[in-house]
Amino acid sequence: MKINHMMRLGVSVIALTAGAALAQESTDPIKLTLHDWTGQLITTELMGSILQKAGYNVEYVQADYLAQFAGLETGDLHVAMEMWETTGREAMDAATATGKVVNLGPTGMKAKEEWWYPSYMVEKCPGLPNWEALKEPACAEAFATAETAPKGRYLGGPVTWGGFDEERIEALDLPFEVIHAGTDAALFAELESAVQRKAPIMLWIYAPHWAPAKFEGDWVAFPEYTPECYSDPAWGINPDMAYDCGKPFGEIWKVGWAGLADKWPGAEKAIKAFTIDNAEMGAMITEVDLNGKTVEAVVADWMEKNEARWSGWIN
Amino acid sequence: MRAAVWAAVLGGFWAFAALAQPYMPWAFDWPKALVMPAAKWISAFTKWLLNDASFGLFTFQELTRWISAVVDVPYRFAMNLLSAGTAEVPPLSWLAVVILVALIGHRFGGMRLALLAGACFLFVAVFGQWTSAMITLASILIAVPIGVVGGVALGLAAYRWPWFARTITPVLDLMQTIPVFAYLVPILILFGFGPVAAVIATVIYAMPPMTRITQLSLQRVPQDLRDLGQMVGCSRRQLTWRVMMPSAKAGLMVGVNQVIMLSLNMVIIASMIGAGGLGFDVLAALRRLDFGAGLEAGFAIVALAIALDRISQAMAQERPVSIVARNAYVLAAFVTIGLAGLSAAIMPQLQTYPEAWQLSTGAFWSRVVEWINVNYFDTLEAVKNALLLNVLIPFKRFLIGLPWAGVAALLGLLGWRLQGMRLAMLVMVLVVLIASTGLWDKAMTTVYLCGLSVAVAMLIGLPIGVLAAERDSLWRWVRLAIDTLQTLPSFVYLMPAVMLFRVGDFTAMLAVVAYAIAPAIRYTALGLQGVDPRLIEAGRAMGCTNLQILTRIKLRLALPEIMLGLNQTIMFALSMLVITALVGTRDLGQEVYIALTKADSGRGLVAGLAVAFIAIIADRLIGAAAARARAGLGLGGGGDGT
Repeated sequence: MKINHMMRLGVSVIALTAGAALAQESTDPIKLTLHDWTGQLITTELMGSILQKAGYNVEYVQADYLAQFAGLETGDLHVAMEMWETTGREAMDAATATGKVVNLGPTGMKAKEEWWYPSYMVEKCPGLPNWEALKEPACAEAFATAETAPKGRYLGGPVTWGGFDEERIEALDLPFEVIHAGTDAALFAELESAVQRKAPIMLWIYAPHWAPAKFEGDWVAFPEYTPECYSDPAWGINPDMAYDCGKPFGEIWKVGWAGLADKWPGAEKAIKAFTIDNAEMGAMITEVDLNGKTVEAVVADWMEKNEARWSGWIN
Repeated sequence: MRAAVWAAVLGGFWAFAALAQPYMPWAFDWPKALVMPAAKWISAFTKWLLNDASFGLFTFQELTRWISAVVDVPYRFAMNLLSAGTAEVPPLSWLAVVILVALIGHRFGGMRLALLAGACFLFVAVFGQWTSAMITLASILIAVPIGVVGGVALGLAAYRWPWFARTITPVLDLMQTIPVFAYLVPILILFGFGPVAAVIATVIYAMPPMTRITQLSLQRVPQDLRDLGQMVGCSRRQLTWRVMMPSAKAGLMVGVNQVIMLSLNMVIIASMIGAGGLGFDVLAALRRLDFGAGLEAGFAIVALAIALDRISQAMAQERPVSIVARNAYVLAAFVTIGLAGLSAAIMPQLQTYPEAWQLSTGAFWSRVVEWINVNYFDTLEAVKNALLLNVLIPFKRFLIGLPWAGVAALLGLLGWRLQGMRLAMLVMVLVVLIASTGLWDKAMTTVYLCGLSVAVAMLIGLPIGVLAAERDSLWRWVRLAIDTLQTLPSFVYLMPAVMLFRVGDFTAMLAVVAYAIAPAIRYTALGLQGVDPRLIEAGRAMGCTNLQILTRIKLRLALPEIMLGLNQTIMFALSMLVITALVGTRDLGQEVYIALTKADSGRGLVAGLAVAFIAIIADRLIGAAAARARAGLGLGGGGDGT
């Protein structure tokens, strides 16, 4: 309780000093969107707390990851804190093309996406994580199910994520078949199911996420991604096809309504300045999803420990 | 003779489907060059509608924004009252809401209902869902009255003016079958991002059954009653409101029930566009694979649905209460609010339900799923594989291999035989339109998935409806079960199903059947319960056995409702396509979902329309078949079911 009181006192002092500096900015609430995965909730609440400390009025609105662009374009919503290069690029480009939505720069986190397997599969396919191990028929068979045998089964993300896995399999000549999960919830439901039974599974995992923290496993090491690999067939081990490499590492962007800079110039600067890295975020996601802490508690904890950092962003 | 003709037709069709591909490839795959760029046209149209359409003084968007501002007023009020509060006044405490709900229950349904309604709300508090539940309740309290009033008004108009009925029927089909994701983006632009847009999307989805059933119930009011009304000199308005409406009440209440159920069914999608509340909790819990938390939030939705439904049903059968008692209830309500407010000021536990008093099933459900998964996965897998390999996949291959030209001709012939040239033309045009969008394969996958699911749902649902219709105690439990199935977000059981059955068509089919079985049971029971007891007595007097009474009298007389049930089962199955896309099916639902993620409103609406066309074709052919069957039985009157 005591700490709480002191914190509140601290907040009001900062709010007062900052409030004076922001006298001419709008007092309307800045609307930040919340999606349905923990990392995004943490990022957004961090940003929201920082803006509140700078004296802004903040409101959280629950919105769908992609449907939110309709709101950002009209100015009904103002800031979306996590737009992943790997999954949201097209929607983001369509929105920024209208001129009503702007990219507010990278969050500093990098989206990692790749084929992933639980560690107990190494016994059945000893060459892993090297991708060439997957070419062994015995190894592919270890990952097979009745529907795909003798080919291995690779559970890809929802079709909407793209990812070029069909092309990758063809280019690298892997004896695997892609089955698409419809949502990432379904993806992780299958993972959980397989790990409980120590059953074979090879699937698309992304990070920052709780799954690689909860389950022991590893990413398949494909030839490293370069832009040429996707665009130029001659690049890489298969001279006739593109996509003969791993998946790209992508930025996670912040995007916002174009009117932000006029209405709340100080807030726009703070949002642009905000950065955080994968390790910090991974630790916070683990605290929430696996250790059962609330998002608020984890955010408050971070705010306390990183005061020097965030106060630099709002001045 | 007729059988021989049909055998020849089917034989010809089969020969065509099997042999014609090398000679007439265009009849199988719509030529790429001729694919209609309908998506582009629709995108251009929505763009124009959203940005430039104008009525002179104001633009279309200003009009819709104005509507949403109007809806926002009562919404804000409900929200402040139940959840947010204002700067000075806190919202109603949980204790006040529970007591108020119980009071309302007592006023309309006596002690039993008071206990039931109070218990439902207490359940929500005990499982720690209060805050979210009140957010959801606020938007439902706005959406349901709009849906009911709008639905009755449209139904009444359709009853009165046949031309209006003809116009509105396809629109209703579209409203109910175009997946919400398809028009989500335009709605967000027109009505703004937030709870009000969610309310509007909810109304669009939840209103059609109310309209249909209003129309049907009014048509089923006995002619003698209408004559009587006219004889005693009722004006047209009196005839409608004093005679027709009261005697159609049983049917209308089924409509109200459906609006409530469908509104709560939209909670998940509404939460994606800013409504928040329980739907958001369900989604967030399932992304963590926390089945317990998802189930608790899901059952909170069910508890709200049951309390609201039972209270609204009781209101319709209004208990006679004296003026004094009525005022006593109002007084008691104010006293409750006052006292609860005061006591909450002293004891904060009574304002916000304290965490220490909450229950949770915690990891229990996750462990149950794990236990089944570890011990029975192989058995389940064997059953699933057998069904997949022997039923699902062959049927799917068969449908996808069919030539669109042959299907159009066959269905057209069927329509012509059943009703005439008009129906034949309609069916053929719709089939060709689907093919012309280049979505034939996905459309056939949809037909396969929904067709099988509807067949299974009807096979299970009809007998249950028949059994439950006559046994009040059984009916009560069945009703609870189908209300639960209809309002429990399918996500809650879909993710455990994925763990046990993997992603794919089988899991999707389970979800569709679980959801679409509800109308199959409900309308069957409604129809059987509505059969005139005098006719049954007459049957008994003539020495019919129970079986004869059922098959010769009841089922025949209940046919319009059963056909409406089939219609609704199909509509419900199609409306689940959005969900099935989330477990990896490759149907039109997936197409809509892809369009949403690419912010391509044209592509989404084209796929959505293809879904609607399938629904309309099924509906019209079944309707025509039913009409013929009735005519054959000499049951002319009683109104057209569909």
